[in-house]
Amino acid sequence: MKAGVIVFPGSNCDRDLAVAFERAGAQVQMIWHKETELPTDLDIVGVPGGFSFGDYLRCGAIAAQSPITRSLIKHTERGGYAIGICNGFQVLTETGILPGALMRNANLKFICKPVGLKVETTECDFLSGYAQGQEITVPVAHHDGNYNVTDEKLAQLRDEGRIAFTYTDNPNGSTGDIAGVISKNRRVLGMMPHPERCVDALHGGTDGVAMFRSLVDSVVAA
Amino acid sequence: MKVRVDVMLKTGVLDPQGEAVRHALGNLGFEGVEKVRQGKVIELDVAEGTSEEQIKDMCEKLLANTVIENYAIQVL
Repeated sequence: MKAGVIVFPGSNCDRDLAVAFERAGAQVQMIWHKETELPTDLDIVGVPGGFSFGDYLRCGAIAAQSPITRSLIKHTERGGYAIGICNGFQVLTETGILPGALMRNANLKFICKPVGLKVETTECDFLSGYAQGQEITVPVAHHDGNYNVTDEKLAQLRDEGRIAFTYTDNPNGSTGDIAGVISKNRRVLGMMPHPERCVDALHGGTDGVAMFRSLVDSVVAA
Repeated sequence: MKVRVDVMLKTGVLDPQGEAVRHALGNLGFEGVEKVRQGKVIELDVAEGTSEEQIKDMCEKLLANTVIENYAIQVL
């Protein structure tokens, strides 16, 4: 199982994400944003958290136009796996790979704390290691995590079972308490909380382990 | 050729920053401010003859996120 982690100027969770993939048994390579093509043998591409391009214009907006991101779009169109965490989720929504947009938190504050998440679906290779309705604790660290979608889109996401996680106590004003969503083909996950920050007991929790492990297991089994 | 692009949140999208500004104006004693919406102004200096279509394309692809924002183009 081969994983690639894209590194933009201002990414700061790239190495944590690489460690989380490695611990789950993946071979990881880092990919600088100036590369124009992703290696063709990657099973999954991770778009890490951070502040790509200083959050200029809108969070993730400049990274979404990066040449490597065009290659990422092609990778997802071919049915490749991808995960976008925090700023990575913002990048994925800015490209249109995932629906919606992330706006400034409703209370205008940067929120950095562990939050409760409810697993809304397990029909996804990222989520099959959890139980439906399971509550887990994962840290958030963001200023712009207020997920916004139209009522119609929200209804569609619910109908299609594409809400991955909801907050048990909504910290940022997200529509429908949404913390993460998946793509139509269920192979792309975007989420504001940081599962890579809870894969070791020293992190204060290990609720993120199941996500990386179930993904690696499904790819290896396929 | 100078072009001004105004980017505003769509009607119906809550604007927490605008709301905070409204509160702050109230705290300063300015009464009767019922609504504040905060947006962005982007000024472009583009080659003569750049078509409105091209500027629209810039807005759609980068300057605005049309999921939550509207834009207005003004050639100055």
